[in-house]
Amino acid sequence: MSTLVFLEHHGNELQKGSLGVLSKAAQLGVGDVAAVLVGSGVEPLASEAGKFGAATVYVADDPRLDAPLPQPRVDALARLVEQHGFENVLFAQSILSADVAAGLAARLEAGLNWQLLDVVAQDGAIVGKQSALGDSVVVDVGWRSTPRLALFRSGAFDPVAHGGAGTVETFEVEFAEHSLAAEMLEQAHEESTGPSIEDADVIVAGGRGLGEPEKFGLLEELAKALGGAVAATRAVVDAGWYPYATQVGQTGKTVSPTLYVACGISGAIQHKVGMQASKVIVAINKDANAPIFEYADLGVVGDLHQIVPKLTELVRQRKS
Amino acid sequence: MKIAVCVKQVPDATAAKRIDPSTKRLDRSGEGALNAADANAVEEALRLKEGAGDGEVVILSLGPEKALDSLRKALAMGADRAVLVADDAAAGSDLVATSYALAQALERESADLILFGQQAADSDGAVLWAAVAERLRRPLISQAAELTVEDGSVTGKRQTEFGYDVIHATLPAVVAVADSINTPRYPSLKGIMGAKRKPQEVLSLADAGVEAARVGVEGSRTEVLALNDPPGRGDTRTIEDDGSAAEQIVAFLAEKRLL
Ligand SMILES: Cc1cc2nc3c(=O)[nH]c(=O)nc-3n(C[C@H](O)[C@H](O)[C@H](O)COP(=O)(O)OP(=O)(O)OC[C@H]3O[C@@H](n4cnc5c(N)ncnc54)[C@H](O)[C@@H]3O)c2cc1C
Ligand SMILES: Nc1ncnc2c1ncn2[C@@H]1O[C@H](COP(=O)(O)O)[C@@H](O)[C@H]1O
Repeated sequence: MSTLVFLEHHGNELQKGSLGVLSKAAQLGVGDVAAVLVGSGVEPLASEAGKFGAATVYVADDPRLDAPLPQPRVDALARLVEQHGFENVLFAQSILSADVAAGLAARLEAGLNWQLLDVVAQDGAIVGKQSALGDSVVVDVGWRSTPRLALFRSGAFDPVAHGGAGTVETFEVEFAEHSLAAEMLEQAHEESTGPSIEDADVIVAGGRGLGEPEKFGLLEELAKALGGAVAATRAVVDAGWYPYATQVGQTGKTVSPTLYVACGISGAIQHKVGMQASKVIVAINKDANAPIFEYADLGVVGDLHQIVPKLTELVRQRKS
Repeated sequence: MKIAVCVKQVPDATAAKRIDPSTKRLDRSGEGALNAADANAVEEALRLKEGAGDGEVVILSLGPEKALDSLRKALAMGADRAVLVADDAAAGSDLVATSYALAQALERESADLILFGQQAADSDGAVLWAAVAERLRRPLISQAAELTVEDGSVTGKRQTEFGYDVIHATLPAVVAVADSINTPRYPSLKGIMGAKRKPQEVLSLADAGVEAARVGVEGSRTEVLALNDPPGRGDTRTIEDDGSAAEQIVAFLAEKRLL
């Protein structure tokens, strides 16, 4: 069985998630493991991947692969898979790689399984452990043909360096016309200022249930009383209510405070992956069906505008 | 400008979701609802049409016949017509099969802009658009939190793990919007009444130009092999606020020695 792992990089760094998937592929020990790295000026990063278990690292270095857009990467991966006949193509889930994987699935008529927590080798194939229905069930998923495409959840595997060295092989990509039709005008300005939430022992987080940006003031008061920091969901960060630096979740920070108080947050899995390691989770949400109640240690069905100010007052009294 | 919006009917949020052990597929027998994130895509389409002063918004879906109820919600919001590809043979379609069927149906419409929601609540995939864009050979912008359409092109701002990107593409294009992009309007009573009279096409696979062998279980490239026990929920407890919630939270925090 031969396996190809897509390596994502940002700046001069290979992403931890994809190195984790690469390490896992190597650990499975079921055949050749290669990695693919595409971008512009990325060749120096390639040898790094050898340490994590790639016998060969295929590199496409092309200015048209500079911007992290998915469609040109579909061309690159499709070519490699067709040329070398990889049976498994594995990705660490991210904004970029999810689109690459799905585009590749359509191009190659290949099966794609996502939200995988783990993978095992079984009867000459692989079987994925998929978290489904908002984490309420884990199912074994398979593929009915090759190549088998898989997206692993962020943090599924830790990178393990074995200290090996991979052979670097470059390849050329022929681009489809539509693949170059989207253009990156501005790219991901690094997050600017904002308080650091990663070291906070207590986090009070707010979502769209706050109703308006000014209501973050309620959370700041509570956070102050508890001696903690304020965090936010993507929905409100996107809307400009609170800084990106405070966002928790798949595309934000991963936090593990002693106490996480979620106010007006539905608890989507992409938020959950960033805060599920919190020791104690308290959630206030007016919708009894909100997914967050599935994993909050204490869930309160109620209006945050009523509850939070009272809570702040009680905490203050207790502490004084 | 013609805008097609891809929407899905998902089990109603109030119903417990379960996988039917015999088919290993999601049990869709209960009440269905328009996928919440798709209402954002419908809203964005309506705003773009209103901004442009003219155009057409077509709702498109692959699903069982009863999904028409959910498509009607989009019509009640203001969309012009709905197309549902409904065929028993398509049940159980995975990404490869669903993207193929939708792409075939979309080819018939040749819309300038094709919109998707940010994810289906029953699949948590957030992937379908990329497969559809590939089949239609059109540029893609995903996770758009802001969108502008002018002079035959579209520009979207979207969040990644590293900050924000601004991506530009000429029409025709495929765009998936984030749920932060807008707040969907509630259908008015007039809208709800009017929806019944708007064109609603139910297409068989053959009508939509879809080969039956390429959809459904047969056409799918992935499969569910086994259901495992749900992961342990741990010690969770939920209370209703009866006016004493703040006190109860404080008592809970004290019990956990967090105060
Ligand atoms: C690829 C991808 C990556 C993503 N990355 C992230 C990420 O990093 N972080 C993240 O957070 N999300 C992320 N998301 C988005 C995620 O799926 C959800 O859309 C988002 O987390 C929802 O934010 P929310 O909970 O604030 O809003 P909503 O889902 O709208 O929830 C608001 C909640 O507030 C409740 N509410 C309303 N009024 C009140 C009130 N008065 N009192 C109490 N409760 C009230 C409502 O019942 C509701 O449950 C990502 C999505 C995708 C597809
Ligand atoms: N059966 C379907 N018919 C039409 N559109 C769909 C269907 N399934 C998913 N979609 C669209 O694709 C988006 C992403 O779905 P998913 O990749 O399954 O999370 C949804 O928000 C919808 O806009």
